[in-house]
Amino acid sequence: MAFGAFATGVAREQGPRRKSRIALLLLLPGILYLMLFFLVPLISLVLTSLQEPIPNGDIGEYQTAFRWENYADVIGTYGEHILRSFIYAILATIFALLFSYPLAYFIGVKARRWPLVQNLLLVLVIAPFFISFLLRTLAWKSILSDEGFVISGLKALSLMAPDAHFTGTAASVIFGLTYNFIPFMTLPLYSTLERLDTRLLEAGGDLYANPAKTFFRVTIPLSMSGIVSGVLLTFIPAAGDYINASRNFLGGSGTAMIGNVIESNFLVTLNYPAAAALSIILMAVILVMVTAYVKRSGTEDLL
Amino acid sequence: MISKLGFGKWALPLYAIIALTFLMIPIAYTFIFSFNDSLKTNIVWRGFTFNKWLDVCNQQEVCEAFGNSLIIGVTATVCATILGTMIAIALVRYRFRFRSAISLLLFLPMATPEVVLGAGLASEFLTAGVDKGMVTIIIAHTMFCVSFVVVTVKARVSTLDPALEEAGRDLYGSPNQVFWRITFPLLLPGIIAAALLSFALSFDDFIITYFNSGTTNTFPKYVYVSAARGIPAEANVIASAVFFLAIILVLISQVSSAIRRKRLEKVS
Repeated sequence: MAFGAFATGVAREQGPRRKSRIALLLLLPGILYLMLFFLVPLISLVLTSLQEPIPNGDIGEYQTAFRWENYADVIGTYGEHILRSFIYAILATIFALLFSYPLAYFIGVKARRWPLVQNLLLVLVIAPFFISFLLRTLAWKSILSDEGFVISGLKALSLMAPDAHFTGTAASVIFGLTYNFIPFMTLPLYSTLERLDTRLLEAGGDLYANPAKTFFRVTIPLSMSGIVSGVLLTFIPAAGDYINASRNFLGGSGTAMIGNVIESNFLVTLNYPAAAALSIILMAVILVMVTAYVKRSGTEDLL
Repeated sequence: MISKLGFGKWALPLYAIIALTFLMIPIAYTFIFSFNDSLKTNIVWRGFTFNKWLDVCNQQEVCEAFGNSLIIGVTATVCATILGTMIAIALVRYRFRFRSAISLLLFLPMATPEVVLGAGLASEFLTAGVDKGMVTIIIAHTMFCVSFVVVTVKARVSTLDPALEEAGRDLYGSPNQVFWRITFPLLLPGIIAAALLSFALSFDDFIITYFNSGTTNTFPKYVYVSAARGIPAEANVIASAVFFLAIILVLISQVSSAIRRKRLEKVS
């Protein structure tokens, strides 16, 4: 460690100017690329969201303006979709956390004695990533369809009303969102639980805390950074997703999320300002929620 | 009472088995239905056949979309890996101004929902009058992969011992020699991991692609568009083949790193 510090110290003495030029050369292409294809698009989105239709123009023809009413219009028209997106995403995040925590705890803490088993279990956790997102969602659609054995079985056991459906409902969309983003929750949880010092849990027991108390007072606080990154990694893509909620996948007529309306406005009805305004609203709400959440959970140095 | 029965001991492993089985269900379903002797749609089981595996390009559209996805994936991976690795080295090794602004610029694309990234780029291309197609998809994929490459390679750069490079310089290695003979080979596992991650992200991306694809078809776009009228079993064949290839690559890397660790333990 000390040796390393010494080495960089010498290097800096040799020529700080040349060094900073190398840094610039290394950074410039990538940073310019991100500015051109990430930052400029965001600005373009803001400008598009304020455009107004050209008088007597064709469908999809807009001119630069500062029509702030576009935002009020889309909130008025799609308020329900916006609200639904965040409710679905929050529920999916909670379910993914409840599903993943015991699994990550088992892999990260209990399976520690067998590193090879641990690695194989992790491969199984990320396995769903390797099969096409759309096909695995369609697989659930078939499995949970009215004709499938799961639903017909539940109906035979009278656990479900004979005329009830699962696919096409809010529950099925939330189920799909939960399933599809579980690995995003499990992996960060695993990586903090893997480093959890189990002696601290023993200490909790030694101090007469029952297992539940030890869990809530020791384990949970110590794995908070994993919970925070897992929640963010699940919530953000879930809120913007529109595949699960799409009618051809797990959704139905009453499950459209904000992503679905952005897609249809942008690509079908060519109402670019509405799509852009919805995108900006989605981005803004996510940034506000993420900042507030990170501040409250006390892991501000997450980035 | 409960612990006396040994329930506490078995509950967690049992849960892990059930949970992992649950995660595997759609994968197994997709794989099984790649052997379905189906016609245009692949919903009802009609009998077992190997034909779909032997003649994937029987469904020309699927095959073409798959080919496009490969071209896009490889090109975007190469671009993103080069750009991202350069940034990662700069971030760990050099001091410069605007560091926090640059970190934010790298973090934000990962924290932005895909639909916003897709709509943003599409509106930029629309304003600039660029025709959407293969090139715009590659541009989009490179953009969202760069940040993931930076994160992955950066982790590797920061574990690298600067003393090794110092030794290279002491032995009169030129800066070029030191980089290509010492730094680069040491970074290579991180770079390969980043490239694989980029390829996986690009290959499976649907949302950003859909906004910027024009008439170009990719494998996920094909699945999305055909979902209404039914997807042929050939799509399951491609998805299953990609799945097993990826799993094999991951297992090889896991086993080889385990062997290396064992060997290091023996040496020390």
